[in-house]
Amino acid sequence: MKSVSPLKLGLARAVGRLSRSSGRGGGTSLPGKVLLRMQADAIAALAADLRDGAVVISATNGKTTTASLLSSILERGELHPVHNHAGANMAGGIATALLDASHDGRVDGDIGLFEVDEAWTQTIVDEIQPRVIVLANLFRDQLDRYGELETLADGWQRMIAGLPATTSVVLNADDPLLAGIAGGRANTVFFGIEDDRYAEPVPRHAADSKFCRRCGSALVYSAVQLGHLGKYACPNCDFARPQPSIAARSISMNGMRGSSIEIVTPTGSFRTEVPIPGLYNVYNAVAAAAAAHALEISPGAISAGLASAKAVFGRVETIEIKGHNVALLLIKNPTGANEVLRTITAGDGQFDLWLALNDNIADGRDVSWIWDADFEMLTDQVRFVTCSGTRAEEMALRLAYAGIERERIRVDRDIENSFDTSVGGSIRGGSPLYALPTYTALLELRGAISRRGDAPTYWEQAKK
Amino acid sequence: MSDKRAASAETTLRVCALYPSRMNIYADRGNLMVLQQRCARHGFGFQLTAVDDGDSIDPDAHDLYYIGGGQDNDQIQIADDMRKTKRDSLATAAESGKVILAVCGGYQLLGEYYELDDRRIDGLGIVDLRTVREPGPRLIGNVTIEVSVDGRTRTLAGFENHGGRTYLDGDCQPLGRVVSGFGNNGKDGFEGVRRKNVFGTYLHGPLLPKNVWFADHLLKLALNFADDLPPLDDRLEDLAHQSALRASQKSHGLKSRLAKRVGAS
Repeated sequence: MKSVSPLKLGLARAVGRLSRSSGRGGGTSLPGKVLLRMQADAIAALAADLRDGAVVISATNGKTTTASLLSSILERGELHPVHNHAGANMAGGIATALLDASHDGRVDGDIGLFEVDEAWTQTIVDEIQPRVIVLANLFRDQLDRYGELETLADGWQRMIAGLPATTSVVLNADDPLLAGIAGGRANTVFFGIEDDRYAEPVPRHAADSKFCRRCGSALVYSAVQLGHLGKYACPNCDFARPQPSIAARSISMNGMRGSSIEIVTPTGSFRTEVPIPGLYNVYNAVAAAAAAHALEISPGAISAGLASAKAVFGRVETIEIKGHNVALLLIKNPTGANEVLRTITAGDGQFDLWLALNDNIADGRDVSWIWDADFEMLTDQVRFVTCSGTRAEEMALRLAYAGIERERIRVDRDIENSFDTSVGGSIRGGSPLYALPTYTALLELRGAISRRGDAPTYWEQAKK
Repeated sequence: MSDKRAASAETTLRVCALYPSRMNIYADRGNLMVLQQRCARHGFGFQLTAVDDGDSIDPDAHDLYYIGGGQDNDQIQIADDMRKTKRDSLATAAESGKVILAVCGGYQLLGEYYELDDRRIDGLGIVDLRTVREPGPRLIGNVTIEVSVDGRTRTLAGFENHGGRTYLDGDCQPLGRVVSGFGNNGKDGFEGVRRKNVFGTYLHGPLLPKNVWFADHLLKLALNFADDLPPLDDRLEDLAHQSALRASQKSHGLKSRLAKRVGAS
């Protein structure tokens, strides 16, 4: 049997301590990278210790939240997960999570829980041979890094074809790009949303994959939940949405507090609270429930786990600054941004906005995506908006084109300064403030806030 | 010239967008939004017609044609339809001086053909260029080019992301000269194409929001005006242009620094 020597583990760990103490960040992937340099099969060797196998979750949007919801469910089901909770989701991050969990030559945990970058799924799956794979959605995102959606979907299809029959594949029935990639494979579970109350009549502009993957015809939708997800059928061939066996029904949205949903499973249905807002988080909750069902976790544990889940670092998080609540919501691609915009404009009131657009590698260097997101939703409700980040001016211009008066738009590239000004302005104006940063802007903002003691750093928070 | 016009209360820009639901991968909608809103700010009317599979085009019914970029599969599917139902009208429109703006995949489709993996896809053949595959990575990054317009040198800033390498043939002129970035093929220092009022370019980002001078230039050509359009309050537009230029210089500067370091070691 493969193993990793204590010396290598110790060396890699020391690198992590060094990285943290030098203030260079959480060291959430560097130790793992060092370990993989010393031993290429370290992930496989360490993962072999996990008694109950591993779950791999991939998607364009919602990986971190879905994994976090499933983590909460697993704890209720008395399965202690080894989880890359800080969101480092390539080989280095996964190796680091396993490294952090190993003590005295053993990995301390029952089950692996790994969110994996879309482009790394095949590599990680080959290493750890998971029990369950969740593939939740593919949206237009960072074309400079991932290339085109079809290419990613084709890659996942090949990956599934190579899996052993024992692996459960959990797919989103509502995503026409993914629903067909398992063919007629046994041991495949579909999840979806059955309630059309919050659905939109036609796909938004940013929706891709509105065409049948088999014959190229335009799909016909009877309901669009978000992006290109919904109830669809091809008018030309027999491709249609599969019936989901795990589904959300009778959804009731409660603003920023979250939603209440009924989850239907083959072994019965139950009601549960989802303590994070937006229809996109209903998808994340049902995906987590479907994975838990594939792991034979009881409905009681699923419901309790979802209801007690905590917000994930910056995904939808409310932080208190000077006694004022600021809601922090990550934006990173058109469909994700649209869902955030739908969520914050669901009420009627006016609010202030802080938007930070960075173009670092982790954000995607190409910022054209802001023209595909429907910032027009904001027009009637924004009192003042501050645009920040490395491409602040381009964000500001996009908002002007969305119909927000130019006098209401401020530009300040400095993340910390501009945020302080926004918070001050929203306190004086008695207006709620939403902060919408891209990924590296979020890290920078979070770093600034925690240096000043307003919130814990992300790696501390993730440790619980 | 005697046939040139001046702006009037009746001025309307008639735009024809080709396959807008498929050929839109690099936020092409932003280019159409800019045309529409600049028309409104200049006091012109604006008419947008979308043409899709099977639709024919009346070459006299539009002043400006827009073709964006799509995913590989989408482009293969529309290429065939475009040759069958739209090629002759577009060629007529191009000959008569109508404006055609083609970005990224749309640009490749203007030419004789483009290569995709081991396939060759025939284009419209209304501009003498071809797009081939060569060993090497996709050409991705911020890009700035210099364009000569009415005797002035101006800049266009944007983002490029293409696997194909485009070469101009015959008497085709490039749209501009690469200041930073790759351009048509990463070798000859040229970017895009211009023939009469047909413009092709790899610059998205999208192109027109951060280069509004070019949007106004296209409006002038499409509406056949004798004079430049009057300036608007473009403070935010100018800041966005500077931001895109800065991004391109930053990545360019980084590359040359890296090259120096590699050279020194």
